[in-house]
Amino acid sequence: MIELDRDQLISAYRIMKTIRVFEDRLAVEAATTAMAGPLHLYSGEEASAAGVCMNLDARDRIYSTHRPHGHCIARGLDIKALMLEIYGREGGICNAKGGSMHLADPALGLMGANGIVGGGMPLVCGAALAAARLKTGGVAVGFVGDGGSNTGQFLESLNFASVFKLPAIFVIEDNGFAETIASSWACAGDHVKRAEGFGMPGRRVDGFNVCDVYDAAHEAVARARRGEGPSLLDVKLERYYPHEQGISDAMRLPNHVAWLKANSDPITLLRTKITSAGEISESELSAIDKAVDVLIDEAVAKAQSAPPPPVSELLTDVYHAYP
Amino acid sequence: MPTLDQPKTSSTISSHSMQKEGAPLRRKARISYRAALGEALAQEMRRDPTIVIMGEDIAGGMGAPGQQDTWGGAFGVTKGLLGEFGRDRVMDTPLQESAIIGAAIGAASNGLRPVAELMFNNFIGVCMDQLLNQAPKFRYMFGGKLSTPVTIRTVYGAGIRVAAQHSSAYHSILTHIPGLKVVMPSSPFDAKGLLIASIRDDDPVIFFEHIGLFDKEGEVPEEPYTIPLGEANVVREGTDVTIVAFGRMVDLSIAAANSLQTQGISCTVIDPRTTSPLDEETILESVADTGRLVVVDEGNPRCSIATDIAALVAAKAFDALRAPVQMVTAPHCHVPFAPVLEDAYLPNPEKIETAVRSIVRAARA
Repeated sequence: MIELDRDQLISAYRIMKTIRVFEDRLAVEAATTAMAGPLHLYSGEEASAAGVCMNLDARDRIYSTHRPHGHCIARGLDIKALMLEIYGREGGICNAKGGSMHLADPALGLMGANGIVGGGMPLVCGAALAAARLKTGGVAVGFVGDGGSNTGQFLESLNFASVFKLPAIFVIEDNGFAETIASSWACAGDHVKRAEGFGMPGRRVDGFNVCDVYDAAHEAVARARRGEGPSLLDVKLERYYPHEQGISDAMRLPNHVAWLKANSDPITLLRTKITSAGEISESELSAIDKAVDVLIDEAVAKAQSAPPPPVSELLTDVYHAYP
Repeated sequence: MPTLDQPKTSSTISSHSMQKEGAPLRRKARISYRAALGEALAQEMRRDPTIVIMGEDIAGGMGAPGQQDTWGGAFGVTKGLLGEFGRDRVMDTPLQESAIIGAAIGAASNGLRPVAELMFNNFIGVCMDQLLNQAPKFRYMFGGKLSTPVTIRTVYGAGIRVAAQHSSAYHSILTHIPGLKVVMPSSPFDAKGLLIASIRDDDPVIFFEHIGLFDKEGEVPEEPYTIPLGEANVVREGTDVTIVAFGRMVDLSIAAANSLQTQGISCTVIDPRTTSPLDEETILESVADTGRLVVVDEGNPRCSIATDIAALVAAKAFDALRAPVQMVTAPHCHVPFAPVLEDAYLPNPEKIETAVRSIVRAARA
């Protein structure tokens, strides 16, 4: 098991805390102010985004899901530009044309969130193919949910990536539910065995433990960089919010989320681990907390006061030159 | 880029035979549509090392103990490219269209310029998410930050007795989708110039090759050249009626126009060459002169490029019209198997002549 060093632990904490505060704040704003658009929040799943993305560098590409804010933040997307986009305001990272489910910043290797469940998986194969042909040394990571793990596009992509030994890593974030349907019911067999069936290693990962995610991703990235082909990570975790803000989450048992927060919160677990080792002090982490709060406050204030995009944006970027 | 005069399309109707053995890529006075496409690919692959081609049987024989490059694509277009460019750039794939088309699209976002072959256009059903929600939307929904320079070659059209699931003409479905460009070459000359233009284009292009045109021969310059996407070819000029036709329908329309000429009816034939973008101006200018429009298309008629052009002319050239717009298309049914039924399904020169005569006679009466 690869151990994270002091700087990496602090970095993991900062990423996860930023995601948490960002998402929790959006939940409040969505409930108390007029905000357009659907929100699929990532709170509770932070260890997956942080643990995977901390293994990546400028050569690498990621493809995200309809629940993309955590992946975007872990990949380093500018928080204010992200918030402006989610608010649909001028200066949003995608010119307010994408919104929460369609975020990208190719300059960071963030090649696109995807509102179509499983729709990004063939694109992961393409990014990995490009990395192989152009000999960049890069890898392509595709995040997908337990719902997406049952789509044809995902299963085709496992085969395609394995046949061509592509430097691809498929990360299933199994949060227990595809919308309201239990993954334990909807996913036949076993994700790890599916990987084996397609001739690639699969590994079950504790998605509440960022160190386990980091280690699993490290192994998969190293294998991909060596040219040995794709891997699959089956990351077990849970989300704190409903599938989408404002809709029923009643398929879960009462008090389940409260129990999760008290007993297996990934940020609390990380904080306890690193402070009990004595290497990093509570005050150091509290300083991070404070900085994150300020950052999110500023991002929300900026987004709320920003103008909408000009209507002239309607017909831009349909083609490289509009016919 | 040399400026080239575009030769008028041959008026002979090509045979419909499907040939699985590709023609060799050697220069002769006239070359086939198949060879013109293959030449475009070879020349572009020599010019640009980021071009890879991929698809089912695009060479043939991957992983097999026997011969390699056995097919060169289902219609032989890419035969011979394997030997020159190797397996890294000429990729036989498993039969999984979502992965093939999606991987081509993803690679196009990441520094390659792939040309994927979708064996029959009916198979868009298997990979439609990539053509509907992915490639066409990246540039727009990511605020112009992502280009998708991918070309997807596909075969369409009826006439070779392979029935409903391998013979449709679904260009109109894809024309509906903003962000895609849709190309329909009708001659070897256009096939080469439009394919090179499509490969060099920074937007996703769906390139429709008619199943009945692969053996059609014509004059094709040896050097690479491009034909701009969105620029119609006025194949034949006349004074009484404007016929707008796509793909193989261009030859049928020319045959009809030649026959009508002997009956004293003079037709313009316009081949828009691309349905998206559409050269509206050339169509409208012609209808302003002739006052009559017949649209000929092999697709089903509802919500189609034929109704689209009829609506265009009704909205923007109504005052010029001297007769109702006529459409000659397939009926609202599927391609049947029995030859007598398939022949009845397809537009032909007689149907086009009948449509033209109906509005000329009506106007003169």
